[in-house]
Amino acid sequence: MTWLSITIAGILTYFTRMTMIALVRRDLLGEKIKAVLAYVPSAVFPAIIFPAIFINDYGSYIEMNDPKIFGALVAIIVGYFSKNVIATIFSGLLSYWIIIFVFLS
Amino acid sequence: MLSKKYLFSRGMLDIAPHMLSVIPFGIICGAIGVELGFNPYLVYAMSIIIFGGASQIVFLQLLSGGASSLVAVTSVGVINSRHLLYGAVLSEYLEKLSFIKKLLISYVVVDQGFAESNKFFKKNKTEQYLHYHLLGTGVTMWVCWQIATLAGIILGSFVPEELGLKFAIPLTFIAIVVQDLKKMDHVIVMFVCGISSLLFFEAPFKSYILISPVIALFVAALLLRLKK
Repeated sequence: MTWLSITIAGILTYFTRMTMIALVRRDLLGEKIKAVLAYVPSAVFPAIIFPAIFINDYGSYIEMNDPKIFGALVAIIVGYFSKNVIATIFSGLLSYWIIIFVFLS
Repeated sequence: MLSKKYLFSRGMLDIAPHMLSVIPFGIICGAIGVELGFNPYLVYAMSIIIFGGASQIVFLQLLSGGASSLVAVTSVGVINSRHLLYGAVLSEYLEKLSFIKKLLISYVVVDQGFAESNKFFKKNKTEQYLHYHLLGTGVTMWVCWQIATLAGIILGSFVPEELGLKFAIPLTFIAIVVQDLKKMDHVIVMFVCGISSLLFFEAPFKSYILISPVIALFVAALLLRLKK
């Protein structure tokens, strides 16, 4: 039963990937829609970022002094100026670790 | 004209930094699946059949929490529906591919690969073999995801939980969108999406991940209209 569910979930997921690339002709999308699509990264990724920072493993909002907020702010500043992915991730993790291991321990 | 080989390795290079968060996350995903008591083969098969990061964990957590298969499958479909938007954006650059090639390349479209290839495509619109860049990002992601989840399944969660490495996931996506903070319209769209995702977090089937982008794109359309 679980195998069947996984297979169906896999087929569904594949269809979400394939439909717009292979089945829908680009001409069907008007110029206006194409202009809106330029916002896709900005309109999708915050839905992954915000809950991962502001909501904890138990589904409730974190406190305003949570180290994850500090880590995210450092990552934003470092990322903005360095334009470097590794520096962004590392600076965020490092500042998060400094808070939890040095200040909170 | 850039060669296929160059574009493929450029794609690999562009996505490589994201492995810093993808690999620990993959290990955690594999380990959680086994800890929840599922057959290791089944946990690993998901990395091939679904190949969809967080949706794999959600699926197993729902099932082990007593949810029906229907709920679990629907949730995976809803979480992964964001790929429809990636496909709509990428289709502009993949138009000339044969139908079979479109079917094949679709399998490796993932968040980070879409983001990095899309950035590259926007700057190199006239290149003929652009899809090799997408292959480069997608294949790299696929190989690393397989190895990482497999490692998590076999070795257990050898990544210390105290390190909180799950936090690397939002950081990876911050790195992707951070340069767009220069543009006010994008900042508005990002905040609308982020705030919506918190407001609708409790909505059934994890549908916040679909609702928030739809609201944010609607706001983007309004902004475009105001600009004129």
